[in-house]
This record gives sequence, structure tokens and C-alpha cells, in this order.
Amino acid sequence: MTTELFTQYLFAGITYGIIYAVVAIGFNIIYNTTGIINFAQGEFVMLGGMISISLNPLMPLPLAIGLAVMLTTLIGALIEMVFIRWLVHPSVLRMIIITIGISILIREVALHIWGEGVRSLPYFYGNEISSIDILGAHVSPQVLWVVGVCSIIVTLLSLFFKFTPLGQEMLACSANRLAATLCGINAKNMVTLSFMLSAGIGALAGCVVSPITYTQYDCGTGLAIKGFTVAVLGGLGNSMAAVAAGLLLGILEAFSIHIFPLAFQDAISISILLLILFIRPHGLFGSKEAAELKEF
Amino acid sequence: MAVKDYLSALILIAVVVFIQLATKATDTSYYLTQLTMTGYYSLVIIGLCLVMGYAGQISLGHAGFFAIGGYTSAALTTYNLTPLLEQGNGLVRFLSDKGLLISTLNLYGEAVLYVNPWPAAILAVILTACIAFLIGIPVLKLKGHYLAMATLGFGIIIYRVVLATEIFGEADGISEIPGFTLFPGVCVNGDFGNRVINYYIAWSLVLIGVILLLNLIHSRVGRALRAIHGSEDAANAMGVNTARYKVYTFVISAVFAAVAGIFLAHYNGGIGPSEAGIMKSVRYVAIVAIGGMASMWGSLTMGVLLNFMSLRGMFGSYDDAVFGAIMIIIMLFAPNGLLNLPVWQKISKSIADKEND
Repeated sequence: MTTELFTQYLFAGITYGIIYAVVAIGFNIIYNTTGIINFAQGEFVMLGGMISISLNPLMPLPLAIGLAVMLTTLIGALIEMVFIRWLVHPSVLRMIIITIGISILIREVALHIWGEGVRSLPYFYGNEISSIDILGAHVSPQVLWVVGVCSIIVTLLSLFFKFTPLGQEMLACSANRLAATLCGINAKNMVTLSFMLSAGIGALAGCVVSPITYTQYDCGTGLAIKGFTVAVLGGLGNSMAAVAAGLLLGILEAFSIHIFPLAFQDAISISILLLILFIRPHGLFGSKEAAELKEF
Repeated sequence: MAVKDYLSALILIAVVVFIQLATKATDTSYYLTQLTMTGYYSLVIIGLCLVMGYAGQISLGHAGFFAIGGYTSAALTTYNLTPLLEQGNGLVRFLSDKGLLISTLNLYGEAVLYVNPWPAAILAVILTACIAFLIGIPVLKLKGHYLAMATLGFGIIIYRVVLATEIFGEADGISEIPGFTLFPGVCVNGDFGNRVINYYIAWSLVLIGVILLLNLIHSRVGRALRAIHGSEDAANAMGVNTARYKVYTFVISAVFAAVAGIFLAHYNGGIGPSEAGIMKSVRYVAIVAIGGMASMWGSLTMGVLLNFMSLRGMFGSYDDAVFGAIMIIIMLFAPNGLLNLPVWQKISKSIADKEND
């Protein structure tokens, strides 16, 4: 393999990897506050892309993206309030079926609004053929946008959880919900907030990646399962590890095209998921003892 | 089987016969086509009911087993072996000598050689059982979300493999699958003349399946399964080999799905990748959930109702949306299934009270 080809694959891997990482962080935020895996996580990414594409002809691109993120955040809040907020100690099986149902509903609504067609936002800078030379490889400027925006999301999130009172309250809820409630934190509002946060970052990721990967009504399922793979790979609930795991999976997947046919790309990343579930269900960076104490 | 189950089985037979006579009397025998397909889908559902309701394990990959069964049988019975025989392939010659192959003429009058549906079906079932066994051992060690995602992942892998493999017809699927002659004169195929007999074949299979499963549930195995559902740790402590029982039930229900896939592929004369899709798996899970998880008859009733309505196209382009909505509503308001709502118990109680008065 030549150096150019290697760099080319590497950048493709990083682009996809960082998107998976953002989806995985979305999973983690909700899992941390509720113990629920939200199977509709991928649909937030699709909604962000689709809404911004529809708004784009009416207003400047940054405004369209901002509005799309806000709308998706609202949808996230609405979903939590309507379907989840009032359930008392629901079983895991029940929550799995409910969130799968929600993902189907969102997908079907999207199908009836936007149809089966593949859509995309225009490139933020330049167009399909403009490229930047990095180490001999031709990289689209959009790739830099994706990597940049996603890195900012990750950094801001970690700052949010570390330094803001609201972030600290959410962390408190994930550490011990009862104790947090006794300290005067409204745990229910924190759950709503976690749905809004993960919907918002998913939507933003959906917008920046749309020019490269295109958006279709059913693109959420694939993203969700890969995002989950990354979340498990890094250790469920650990957002920083998810970034490393995301890059790992993205790069593995990109290089797998060199060896296996493209049609098997998804099958390969899912095989990695199965493998990691069988061998190290606590993730590459998680601790086994801590994982055994958690409820799945 | 409990007395109640014998009664229910008799009712099932009566209903099946009644519907056939009714369609004949009203000259609406075209309904039988969908009812036959519904029967095969019901076979998957009762199998899944064993895993979900009794062993308490979720499987979001059952369409995968359906597809493995259907596709294996379909590929074997449509793949022309003549060139291989001419090359002197030892295996093909051996099969041919044992009478396991059928040679006929195709549309253009060329000689073609296929595997006989019987050995093809048996091979498909064995293959599915082996895959379910091998997948089941590691997968069933997982719980909750991990189990759901692992089985979902398995389903997607099967879907991708089917879509990307030439023998399985890629996106087009396999068509012109020959009929499956069970005994001389009894053939599973889509001919109009065979509609009534096929309807009875499908529903006899369902009846046999239900009786087998109910016997299993009321045996030592069934009690062990319910112990696992109640508390896996406690069952383990009492000496129940939970891992083994879970894998066994998983294999049994995979075989049910495979048999359904094989028969439906021969009945329809074709099978497409949508049969392996995630939505199919989700739909099976939804129906079992609506039926009340641990209720064979509830799942069967709901499966027949919803599958028949869906196959008749009553939900139009909102097919998947209807299933999604039903899943959410049932899980929100009636997590024990539609037939286990407190309302019904109140009604039956008030009826009993009146009789006592």
C-alpha cells in the first residue's frame, strides 16, 4: 500500500470514526442518567440532516443548521416527556421495545415527509471536487469540517460536565440517582436534559456529515448499531474512551475495504461488535469489576 | 398440556376448518393465500414466544434464522448442478446415485439438475440449528441491552450476506423455486388448485408446533425455563443448568423459524432479502409482546390478526409505522400484553360474580 493510499484510508476512517464517536457519546449521555440504551439514537442524526436540508433553501446555511439542531433537540425532549418520563421502574426489555418503536415511528414519519430519495447539504466550503493536499492524499475540506466540529462537540461536552453546575448535577444523577434527588436535584429534568443533549449533538453531527455521506430516511439504524459498537468498545458510559474507540472502529472499517468487498463493510463492524461483546463486554478501557455491578 | 390447552387446540382446529368452509361458501377463497402465509409466520412467532416469554430472552434476529432456512432450501433447489456433474464432481455424482437430485427440463428444453426439496429442507434445518447453536452459546451469556444488540447485529449480518451473495440472488432474491412434494400428491406450491390443501398443510404445521411447544412448557424443561425467567441466579443456585436450557430453547425456536422459511419459500415460489430485514425481526418481537410474552395462544391470536391484516395491505404504506405505534402503545399501557389487561380480568370476574348470584 502506498503512502497516499494509506493517508486516504486514514482520513476516511477518521471522518467516519468521529461520527460514530459522537453517536456513541449520545448513547452514553442517556445511558448514564437513565440506564436506558436509546435505540432511536441514529434517528436523531438523520433528523438533523433532513431538517437542515429542508431549511437550507429558505435561509443561510449556518442558520438552517442551527435551527435544525434546535428542532431536533426539541423532538428529543418531546420523546422523553411523552414516552419515558412517567414510567416507574420500567424493565429493560420494555425500554428496548419502546425505544425501538420510537425509532421505527421517526423513520416512517421521515419516509412520508422526505420520501425514499437520498439528499444532502451543499459542501460548507468549496464543492465535491475541491480538495486539500495532506501528505500526498486528497482530502475534501468537508472532512476537516466534520473532524473540527465533532472535536469541538466532544471538548465542549467534557467542559460542560466538568465545570458547569448543570453538568455536575447530571453527573450526580448518573452516579447515584437517589442521593442526587436528596440533594435537591430534579432527576427527572436531568433525564429530559440528557435526551435533549444527545439529540442535539446527534443532529449537529448529522448536519456536518450530510455532504459526504448523504442523508436518507433509514440511515439511522446503521449509525445506531455502529455507535453502540463504539460505546461498548470504549466501555458503556465512558465518553472519552468512546472517542478513541470510534476512531479505532472507523479506521478499521476504512482499511477493511482494501481487503474485503465493500458490501461486507457493515458485516465487518458488526462482527467486531459481537466479538467485543463475547470477549470483553466491559470494553477495551473499562474495568471488569465496575461493569459487573451495573445493570444491563 | 393442561386441559385448557386441549380445549384451545380443539378451538384452533375448529376455527381453521370453519374459515376454510366459510371462504368456500362465500366464494372468497383468495383469502386462503394470505391465511396460509400467516400460518407460516405464526410458526416463527410461537417459536419466538418460547424464547421471549418463557426463557425471558429477547431475540432481534429471528428473521435471520427464517432467511437461513428459506434461502438454503431455495438455493439448493434452484441451483443447476448439471455443469458440476459433467465436470465429474464426486459429491454431485454421489447425490445423484442416491436419488437425492431431480433432473428436469427448463423452459428452453435444456436438462437441469436440482437437489430434491426433501434433502434440501433437512439440510436447511440442520444448518440453521447448527448456526443457532454456535451463535447461541456466546450470545445467550449476555443480558438486556447487550443481548438485544448482539441478536440485532446477527440479523444485520445475515441480511448483508444475503444482499451481497450471488448464489442468493443479491437484491433480487431467488425466484422460480419449485414446489415441495411432501408425499406423492401433496405439494407445497402456489398453484390455485392446491390452495386448500396448502392452507391445511400450513395450519397443521402450526398445530403440531403449538402442541410440541406446550408439551415442552409443561415439562421439566418448561419449569426450568420459567425459573430462569423469574431469576436466573436463583435458578442457577437450585441446580438448573441455565446456560444449556437457554441455548436449547434458542435452537428450537430457530428451527421453527427455519421450517417456516423453507415452507414459505416453496409456497411463494420465491424469497427476497426483505425476509431477512431488521423490520421483520422487530415485527416478530412486537407481535409476541402484544400477545403477552408468556402466552402461546395470545401470541398466536395476535400474530394471525396482525399478519393477516398486514398481508391484505390494510395498513397501506403505513405498515411499519402501525407496528411501531402498536409496540410503543402496548409497552406503555399494557406491558403484559393486550389479553392480560386488568379490564379483562374485571370483566371475567364480574361475569363470575353474576353467575354466583
